[in-house]
Amino acid sequence: MAVLQVNPTRMELSKLKKRLTTSMRGHKLLKDKRDDLMKKFLELIRENMDLRVQLEEKMAQVYAGFVVAGAAMEDASLQEALMLPQRQVYASVKTKNVMSVNVPDFQFTDTGDEGRDIYPYGFAFTSGELDASVDALQEVLPLMLDLARVEKTTQLLAEEIEKTRRRVNALEYVQIPTLQETIKSITMKLDENERSNLARLMKIKDMMIAQQRQAQQE
Amino acid sequence: MQTKIAVIGDRGSVLGFKAVGFDVFEVAGEPSIASLVADLAKQEYGIVFVTEELIAANLDVVEKYKDDMLPAILPIPSRNGSLGIGMENIHKNVERAVGADIFNN
Repeated sequence: MAVLQVNPTRMELSKLKKRLTTSMRGHKLLKDKRDDLMKKFLELIRENMDLRVQLEEKMAQVYAGFVVAGAAMEDASLQEALMLPQRQVYASVKTKNVMSVNVPDFQFTDTGDEGRDIYPYGFAFTSGELDASVDALQEVLPLMLDLARVEKTTQLLAEEIEKTRRRVNALEYVQIPTLQETIKSITMKLDENERSNLARLMKIKDMMIAQQRQAQQE
Repeated sequence: MQTKIAVIGDRGSVLGFKAVGFDVFEVAGEPSIASLVADLAKQEYGIVFVTEELIAANLDVVEKYKDDMLPAILPIPSRNGSLGIGMENIHKNVERAVGADIFNN
């Protein structure tokens, strides 16, 4: 592992030690975050798959219904019947915070009159099958909205998990080992300096004693 | 925040959605929906349902909005039946998060 290019001083050493503690702490926190995100993600992804299977089933039924309705009526009058909607559906979005990921929470609102039926056409020129199909589609709407919420949430969570995992790995396999190595090398260098200083002092002391003895003899 | 819901697809598939109150955008054949989706994103559309055929032809568009909170772009089966793209997307998502597709069986 590469050692950082820094001066081997006590100042640098204490700085690096501080950085190491921060990195370790960050690593632990991010790891916890990743694990928790993963837990939430796996819960949601199961729900996501269930909802999608349900939706695909129901949509197939709805389409089959429209085909029958289309067969029972002329194409032009079918188009005409569905052209002007009775109401407009809105999704009101609230932001929800899941582990610091902002995810949307959709809620249905529509502008239709309460109590009025949903059919945007009179019954005179349309077939009964069309009513049934529109009804069926109306029933699928909550499912579609639920799916939108869950699927978007899982997408956003997946992105966040990916990011967090990268960070955890970078800290674990690059940042922390590098800091540890650097700290070790600086400590060794400082110890080495200490020893050489000590040796020099001892040598000087010896020389001074020898000089004194010589002076006494003379 | 109040957002609108759009459905993009071929005429036969999306016809009924108009009746229940979605904003329907008919697209014939398989042209690019990039500019349309960009337009919708700028207006206040929160959810955009797109038929699987069109999703398949415009994967880059879906990719672009994947990491934004809005709009949510979702594949729905067209009237020709499901192509399995919706499910495939979920599996890709799992792979992205977990590193391997653990639900693939």
